[in-house]
Amino acid sequence: MSSIKTIYHNLLAKWHTLTGHKLFWPVFMAAGLAFCIAVDTFDFVDLYLQLILIYVGINIILTVSLNLINGYMGEFSVGHAGFMAVGAYVASLLTVHVCPAGAQNLFFPLAILTGGIVAALVGFLVAIPSFKTRGDYLAIVTLAFCMIVKSVLENIDAVGGPRGLLGMEKLTTLPWVFFWTALSVWVIRNLVYSNFGRGVLSIREDEIASDLMSVNTRQVKIIAFIVSSFFAGIAGGLFAHALQFINPRMFDILKSTDILIMVYLGGIGSISGSIIGAVIYTILLEVLRPIGIWRMVLMPLMLVLLMIYRPRGIMGMKEARMFTPLRDLVTEKLWRQKKKEATDATP
Amino acid sequence: MAYIFQQALNALQLGSIYALIALGYTMVYGILTMINFAHGDLFMVGAFFCFLIAVYLKLSFVPTLLLSMLGVACLGVVIERFAYKPLRNAPRVSAIITALGVGLFLENFTLALSPYPKHIPPLLGNITWTIGSLSVSSLQIIVIVLSLCLMLILDFIVQHTKAGMAMRAISWDKTIVPLMGVSVNRIISLTFAIGTGLGGAAGVMYGLAYPVIDPYMGIMVGWKAFICAVVGGIGNVRGAMIGGFILGAVEIMVAAFFPSTYRDFVAFTLLLILLIVRPYGILGKPQPQKV
Repeated sequence: MSSIKTIYHNLLAKWHTLTGHKLFWPVFMAAGLAFCIAVDTFDFVDLYLQLILIYVGINIILTVSLNLINGYMGEFSVGHAGFMAVGAYVASLLTVHVCPAGAQNLFFPLAILTGGIVAALVGFLVAIPSFKTRGDYLAIVTLAFCMIVKSVLENIDAVGGPRGLLGMEKLTTLPWVFFWTALSVWVIRNLVYSNFGRGVLSIREDEIASDLMSVNTRQVKIIAFIVSSFFAGIAGGLFAHALQFINPRMFDILKSTDILIMVYLGGIGSISGSIIGAVIYTILLEVLRPIGIWRMVLMPLMLVLLMIYRPRGIMGMKEARMFTPLRDLVTEKLWRQKKKEATDATP
Repeated sequence: MAYIFQQALNALQLGSIYALIALGYTMVYGILTMINFAHGDLFMVGAFFCFLIAVYLKLSFVPTLLLSMLGVACLGVVIERFAYKPLRNAPRVSAIITALGVGLFLENFTLALSPYPKHIPPLLGNITWTIGSLSVSSLQIIVIVLSLCLMLILDFIVQHTKAGMAMRAISWDKTIVPLMGVSVNRIISLTFAIGTGLGGAAGVMYGLAYPVIDPYMGIMVGWKAFICAVVGGIGNVRGAMIGGFILGAVEIMVAAFFPSTYRDFVAFTLLLILLIVRPYGILGKPQPQKV
């Protein structure tokens, strides 16, 4: 038993030195991008597997962006699917109706970006009620928002109403998904460890105290909602062009619940947790496909068990070392040392 | 004029069902400060129990209603015991996620067992009286009167019995109550039994009023009932009743005067406006945050 433990610790130490190397991230990014482009051009991976990889990427974007609000800011937002719907519809309408024929590959990133920006504007509107309402009541505001989006989309005949929208070409390719996933993880990770991110964390711990410590809570909330909804809109656009068909029912409360499950499965307040949660959930659902509907019975059951035995999720407020800035690691080490000295000093 | 009365009657019918479900949310919230998101699905299970009992045991209306209520209440207590109790001291969010998980489990389990929508046989003869241009069916009257009776019984239990006093005391202060010799676990189980039992009764009545049932019917109704509970002020039993009737009235009136697809849109927009004006609900008290 102890030998397994030492092997584990050795491996972990090796992993830490590997990820701590200053060339790790550039090399990892370049390798990932090169792999994605290679898969896209030479098509040596099964198409089904490619689609799963695309879904994994989209789910990572969704999970990481929701984690900013639910995990780091400590609010309970259940309207993430609404932002996704906004992004998906805006991007799809642009590529289907506005885009000149033949230029779709060039136009696609612009459409996705526009979808994200419109979703961010909507996120700004949702952030306003969050000044006064908190907790369960904010959950309802976001829930109502999600349902309003769905209901509005169902009533606009120009976007297909309840029948949905189709005619998108399959423009979502693996390199683009990789690019947007990496961008969202990078932006949110840097945001969380910036000065602004401390403000977000302080709102989670105690809003009044952070207000008294001169954190501009309103501004922080607005920015957090805008960033989160921007990436949800991006994910929506990618999703629409991967599936080539969207209808309002895809973005209802069940979709939001899916994203919530991924966030809490991986662990709140942790970028690595979000990635792990999204990957595990997406892949497990695909692996369990042979047992049909029973996988949808099994998944919630696993979630309940996980919550009972590990209420904070897999990572649970902890961050993998590869995502933590060096400064934080050093500070934590010093703090541990001091604490140890203090406990040693007192008999 | 008769049209408005007709719609008002429909609104009462829908509102009483919403109110019954909202009561379950609000009771559990009042006592555990936890939102039981599985409640909408327990309502669905109630409708399915009704179907099973009516089709396979061939019982008449009253035993069907009582047995369904009993079954759902037992299920609620079991869920509380095994899924929520271990999490009583955990962060609140994990309890909410667990509730969402339990809800999904109930939906998909029912879906796996019965993939097709079911049709509840008519348990009661339906007589329609016509007064002028107003038509009143006995079914509507039964649904409204029965739910009002259940609500009155509940109000009596909460306000005038010893168990109800314990419930109110627990929602007031959880640390002192056990010192007064109240078994908190028993009261929580009782609350769950009553709350989910009412949800089961609502399921049976919903099944009578709109006889086609499917495993996903609880989601939308559940969330709407949750909205009712919030509109009335969550944790407040009388508020939940008022909220239920308000939402029922709004939905029916929108469907009566606009295209019915605008129903959800108007209902949720009204909710947003109400929450901005009165963020703590109609009967809820504003809770100043202590520093």
